[in-house]
Amino acid sequence: MPTHAQPAIAVTGLRKSYGDKLVLDGIDLTVPAGTIFSLLGPNGAGKTTAVEILATLKKPDSGEAQVNGFDLARQSDEIRMSIGVTGQFAAVDGYLTGEENLLLMADLNHLSKQEGRRKAAELLERFDLVEAGKKVSTTYSGGMRRRLDLAMTLVGDPRVIFLDEPTTGLDPRSRHTMWQIIRQLVANGTTIFLTTQYLEEADELADRIAVLDHGRIVAEGTAEQLKRRIPGGHVSLRFADPRALRAGELALRAAGEVSADEDALTLQVPNDGSFRALRALIDRLDGAAVEVEELSVHTPDLDDVFFALTGHPHDSQKDALR
Amino acid sequence: MSSTTLAMRDSMTMLRRNLLHAKRYPNMTLSVAFIPIFMLLLFVYVFGGAIGKGLATGDYVNFVTPGILMMATMSGSVVVAVSVSVDKTEGIINRFRTMPISRASVMTGQVVGSVIQTMISVVLVTLVALLIGFRPAAGPLGWLGVIGLMLLVAFAITWISAAFGLIAKGAETASNIGLPFQFLPFLGNAIVTPESMPAGLRWFAEYQPFTPIIGTLRALLMGQPVGGQGLVAIAWCLAGAFAGYFWARSAFNRRADS
Ligand SMILES: Nc1ncnc2c1ncn2[C@@H]1O[C@H](COP(=O)(O)OP(=O)(O)OP(=O)(O)O)[C@@H](O)[C@H]1O
Ligand SMILES: [Mg+2]
Repeated sequence: MPTHAQPAIAVTGLRKSYGDKLVLDGIDLTVPAGTIFSLLGPNGAGKTTAVEILATLKKPDSGEAQVNGFDLARQSDEIRMSIGVTGQFAAVDGYLTGEENLLLMADLNHLSKQEGRRKAAELLERFDLVEAGKKVSTTYSGGMRRRLDLAMTLVGDPRVIFLDEPTTGLDPRSRHTMWQIIRQLVANGTTIFLTTQYLEEADELADRIAVLDHGRIVAEGTAEQLKRRIPGGHVSLRFADPRALRAGELALRAAGEVSADEDALTLQVPNDGSFRALRALIDRLDGAAVEVEELSVHTPDLDDVFFALTGHPHDSQKDALR
Repeated sequence: MSSTTLAMRDSMTMLRRNLLHAKRYPNMTLSVAFIPIFMLLLFVYVFGGAIGKGLATGDYVNFVTPGILMMATMSGSVVVAVSVSVDKTEGIINRFRTMPISRASVMTGQVVGSVIQTMISVVLVTLVALLIGFRPAAGPLGWLGVIGLMLLVAFAITWISAAFGLIAKGAETASNIGLPFQFLPFLGNAIVTPESMPAGLRWFAEYQPFTPIIGTLRALLMGQPVGGQGLVAIAWCLAGAFAGYFWARSAFNRRADS
């Protein structure tokens, strides 16, 4: 068992390029044992590359890393013995059934026949694959294949699990199932290194988040810490016509800075979204007899963080499932 | 357990996986045997009358069967190229790479599995040959030699084919890349004796690896003295097996170090 003094993953100055394309530009990370760490970044940020290096699939150009206290450069066999990897693209044997896939993993983890069978049955049950377990895995849906993939990773009882975009392409329900599974794993003391391009997912699951952009970590911290790094929340008010907009602007200017969008007929007013702050705002508008069409409260989310930190919007902002 | 025992155990696991594939999709094994059987019938019944007369080496079916067996070995080896390259696209090899298993075991399992399948199709071809009049004259020692030589050839060709599968872009390419080599036995003594060929081709036919291999096989099967060609055949097989093995191994590892 790793002690608390020893992080599950420690990375310093990790660099990797393909030809003259720099993919990881000096990355430093520390993941305490028994926590979920999320590497968040858009397509091409270098997430998979980072996972593949830490999972001993690729060699870094420079930099150092320890996984479970084992040195990446010298002890890759020890690392392999203590990790589990579920890559971005499901790595299951399509010609075998779900059960045979799990038994294959049991054999490769050198479990006894009996132990292997017990483990396979337990995992099929846990991942809701009992019926599907008898079918060839090419017939599985994307969600089933992902679940089988993760189940295969768990056969060897790894202490650190790498999950590369575990929910990309899953429907909201399957995604929530996957989140539940991940939470259970951590509850049992496993360390999770998760990559995602869904800000909501990192927010939901991770103890700590690192934002990766163009091979650099542009921010790191808890979801709360990251949110605090950007301007607070605001309230957006929509008016029926420019006259009302100006009246509203006049009424609220005294209370603080207000920004108006003449075309959209909206006002943005800083506001933390609390009941008291909202009532104060509404009282002020009522006092000046200003008619408001619509009011919406905007609390900062990681999309704002991403934009604030990288200066460009997150690619998946438009199509992320929420 | 020592690392050798573990490597053996992992290889056995991989072999079981491979045979499970073959059992689930027997079409591959059967279609691999079908082509040489078809060739056998074609050469014996369609061309045999004409070619056989010119050869004066006794019954043509006895002459052509060893050549056809070699073709069966060749077409059997395509299986491994395809399964290796399918694994590559399935990403399962990447999973194996992140596990504490002997790296060679993945390839070893595939190659041994493919050799077993090849041997099944070789047996099928032999049975059909016996049915249509093939009458080998080998003693027990001769048969032992035949089996040993066939295994050696199969391993050599299968390792080379596995390397093809590793460097090929996809399963389609993997199965086509070895295709030109399928015809190599034709340009030797599989179907006719090289004496009947034009000078340039004859020179090639006399020195290419399949000629001594098929010659040895023929001599063993017909209970004739093998002569010097036996050593040449074994040398070619060993060279092929080693070259294929090291090529496959480096192709496999190169993907890991990228
Ligand atoms: N084998 C390779 N050869 C050349 N370039 C590569 C290779 N693998 C990745 N890259 C490049 O490295 C960059 C980072 O890739 P990576 O797969 O790590 O990104 P990612 O963050 O996982 O993206 P995605 O969200 O799309 O999975 C990309 O620009 C990619 O084109
Ligand atoms: Mg990726």
